Amino acid sequence: MPLLTDWVKKAIEPEPSSQQRNCRLPEAGERDEDELLAVRNLSVNVKSSSRPVIEGIDLTVGRGEIVGIVGESGCGKSVLSLSIMGLLPSALKLGGGELRLNGQSLHQASQRQIRSMRGKHMSMIFQDPMTSLNPTLTIGEQLTESLRLHLKLGGREARERAVLWLRRTGLPRPEAILSSYPHQLSGGMRQRVMIAIALCCEPELLIADEPTTALDVTIQAQILDVLFRIREEEQTSILFISHDLGVIAELCDRVAVMYAGQIVEQGTVEELFESPQHPYTIGLMKSIPKPEKKGMRLYAIPGTVPSLHDRGEGCRFQSRCAHAAAICLDAMPALEHRGGSHAVRCFLASGERREMDV
Amino acid sequence: MSKHHDEPLIELNGLFKTYDGAGFGAAKKKVHAVHDVSLTIMPGETLGLVGESGCGKSTTGRMAARLLQPSAGNITYRGRDLSLLRGRESKTMRKAIQYVFQDPYASLNPKFTIADLLEEPLRIHKLGDKAERRRQVDAMLETIGLNSSYARRYVHELSGGQRQRIGIARALMLKPEFLILDEPVSALDVSVQSQILNLLKDLQKQYGLTYLFISHDLNVVHYMSDRVAVMYMGKLVEIADVEGLYHAPFHPYTQALISAIPSEQRGKRSERRLLTGEIPDALSIPEGCSFHTRCPYVRDSCRRETPPIIGMGESRTVRCHLYPVDEGLDYGETKVALG
Amino acid sequence: MESKSTLTMRLGLAIIALLGTMAAVSLLYVPYDVNEMNIAGRLQSPGALHWFGTDNFGRDIFSRVMEASKTAFLVGAVAVTIGLVAGFIIGATAGYLGGWTDEVLMRMIDALLAFPGILLALILVTVFEPNLFQTMIAIGVLSVPNFARVIRSGFFQYKEAEFVVAARGLGASHATVILRHVMPHIVSPIIVAASLSFSTAILVEAALSYLGLGVQPPDPSWGRMLSESQSYIGKAPWFALAPGVFIALTVLGFNLLGDGLRDLRDKKT
Repeated sequence: MPLLTDWVKKAIEPEPSSQQRNCRLPEAGERDEDELLAVRNLSVNVKSSSRPVIEGIDLTVGRGEIVGIVGESGCGKSVLSLSIMGLLPSALKLGGGELRLNGQSLHQASQRQIRSMRGKHMSMIFQDPMTSLNPTLTIGEQLTESLRLHLKLGGREARERAVLWLRRTGLPRPEAILSSYPHQLSGGMRQRVMIAIALCCEPELLIADEPTTALDVTIQAQILDVLFRIREEEQTSILFISHDLGVIAELCDRVAVMYAGQIVEQGTVEELFESPQHPYTIGLMKSIPKPEKKGMRLYAIPGTVPSLHDRGEGCRFQSRCAHAAAICLDAMPALEHRGGSHAVRCFLASGERREMDV
Repeated sequence: MSKHHDEPLIELNGLFKTYDGAGFGAAKKKVHAVHDVSLTIMPGETLGLVGESGCGKSTTGRMAARLLQPSAGNITYRGRDLSLLRGRESKTMRKAIQYVFQDPYASLNPKFTIADLLEEPLRIHKLGDKAERRRQVDAMLETIGLNSSYARRYVHELSGGQRQRIGIARALMLKPEFLILDEPVSALDVSVQSQILNLLKDLQKQYGLTYLFISHDLNVVHYMSDRVAVMYMGKLVEIADVEGLYHAPFHPYTQALISAIPSEQRGKRSERRLLTGEIPDALSIPEGCSFHTRCPYVRDSCRRETPPIIGMGESRTVRCHLYPVDEGLDYGETKVALG
Repeated sequence: MESKSTLTMRLGLAIIALLGTMAAVSLLYVPYDVNEMNIAGRLQSPGALHWFGTDNFGRDIFSRVMEASKTAFLVGAVAVTIGLVAGFIIGATAGYLGGWTDEVLMRMIDALLAFPGILLALILVTVFEPNLFQTMIAIGVLSVPNFARVIRSGFFQYKEAEFVVAARGLGASHATVILRHVMPHIVSPIIVAASLSFSTAILVEAALSYLGLGVQPPDPSWGRMLSESQSYIGKAPWFALAPGVFIALTVLGFNLLGDGLRDLRDKKT
């Protein structure tokens, strides 16, 4: 029931709460009202060799939207999320392109500015909550830390807000949890605590990097439910990274499929799952074992993902693609729109193949 | 399939595994990693073993592989108690039962070449001379879809999928009858996972292997298994044939598991029945039914008594107070009451 | 960063090689008879004839330093061998078996470690009559705990490694598990420990000889030479300088080697 009442309250309350207004960035000229995060032609390079780890990334996350990024290990999905947060490891650096949150460039921002935005405007949760929680501090200390820092709340206020957020993530007895240490909690509880820490300052953007991968299915279902509910209640935008197509399909509004450092297909969940067009996306979907495939041979994409050094001139997927032709070896297909918001990086889908190839 | 064979290949009878927990004296608690697990596996079938992490499914698998000593209970293989075998018989049995580890990177010695790794089982059992062993290594590499140039490489030079192929090949070198596969694909990417699952299916057909397939991925278990056993907090809560389990799960925990499988069908999320509460700590497993803290149908008796294993028709059992002990009961009716 | 530890290791190796060559050459040739006295030519300063000068009996210091380096390396090698063999037996048993065996053995090692090393060596050497052989055994005993601990922790770390479990599952014997699966992984920490023990052994030998409990006169030893030079430190500083520098160089060489090796190993893992 709190869900409904909150929603009603939001609907009849035209003014955002004072806290929310404090959180807003000073906008540099209003842009597209719905656009929260804009990634334009972004690349991230290895410092020593200037080789791009990810390149030509175009991605938009609207307000209150859940966008999924799906791909296999090494496709660059985590590098993308870390670059948005300004948390790239020291061996990598931002290359060309643009990164904007609320119209403000993250690309040009100083480390200091980005630091002040973390927690307050954007937050991140990781796969393993144990490594991102400090084992020597109580949950309460860790939760109220950012509240004091970003929202300048006093001790009692911060505590109340911490309890509120722990409750919203579905944790029972939040008061007791405040005084416990991370090791006293189960994996699912820790991930809820992480969500509470990430969201307690009401950031506009939450980046979730495989947040349920280390958890069991029944707990995963609960966590996904929490994220979905919070989006409904707070209009928080979520960038959800996962290797699990099922999870992505359930939670997200739009999806981007990444392969070897590029987005190869993008669209709404309906577009992508009902009519996938990139051979990689199609192969990925066909390889998942599902009840109706029992007794049949599973489809397997041959070969392996090319390493950073083996990425040639042409299409990245060309070496594993059943439909590869001469042009795929020589030229890199562009990410082209195919109606609606559906975009595909493939000559075959674009029709260019047929004209140039025959 | 199992129905054509009367003699089980392997039987786990009332296995327990307990560890000493932290603490001293009276405060010291026993951790029941595995509690009264009995399973029967028929020749040529695949039994899936599912459950959440830490539920004891790996411990059960390791006991079946004799990598761990059970605290109580016994294992019979072709009717013979494994713990009573000595000398030559014991070695023969070791060859017949092999174990494939979840993480091939950890279970393959990084200082060995692939050829050394595959040859080692033969050397340990003093099978063939050097040339014969090398010939078998090359043949096995081909069987698992790697060419013989891999023989000279090291584990760290291989991709995840190739490593797992080597892990499987190593288990097959001694021509076993029974393989325990402990999360063999959970460390792999989806596209590689399907290659390995296909390989496992092929090998089973080719060599007439029997599998105990341990996994937390319900889609994978459904694809691989003939029958499925579900574990929760060290206990078996349900055993059923695969279609029965996925279409009409009896135990409330199984129901929750099946309903929690992520699906590409839109709108499934909304009709999902979510459990409340968290998985209890292994050090303080709840009294009575271990699942009562999360069960939507909990009754008083669930908090007091551990439910018995109840037969629910041919080769189907459930451990839950909701189902009457009387046999031959119309459990269809009970399910309606549950729904 | 890799270059730094490689450099450290190379420098250490170069120093050891230099000193080792000198010790090896002294087996065949020294410029002067090390015990030939020449009262007329006492305490000569370094020059073309006597590179490091002469001592209070007119003996050639360079020849004596060379001869002493042989003793130093011998003591180091024997002591490290004793320490390694005994340490391996204790450490491997404790680490592989664990439980009570481990408790008892490691408490014994702790007791040995808690006792001041030089004092223990003094006791051992004075109980028996002081000579080179006793010194080597005493120093060897001192290095046992170091090896035992390194080897035990190696066994502890690897005996439950999954590839060891896998080998056991295949039916491998204890010997196979230890020799083929555990040992190759702990060779490099053992080499590091050996290198560091070597420098400690040489230092302890010098200390014992300085106190008159190690190498007996008239045989040369760096420690003895230091103690003999003491009364002439103002008049003939080179007398003290030569053995002092050699002790320092040897210890530095083995420590650099050990540290470099350890850094390289840590980086790999």
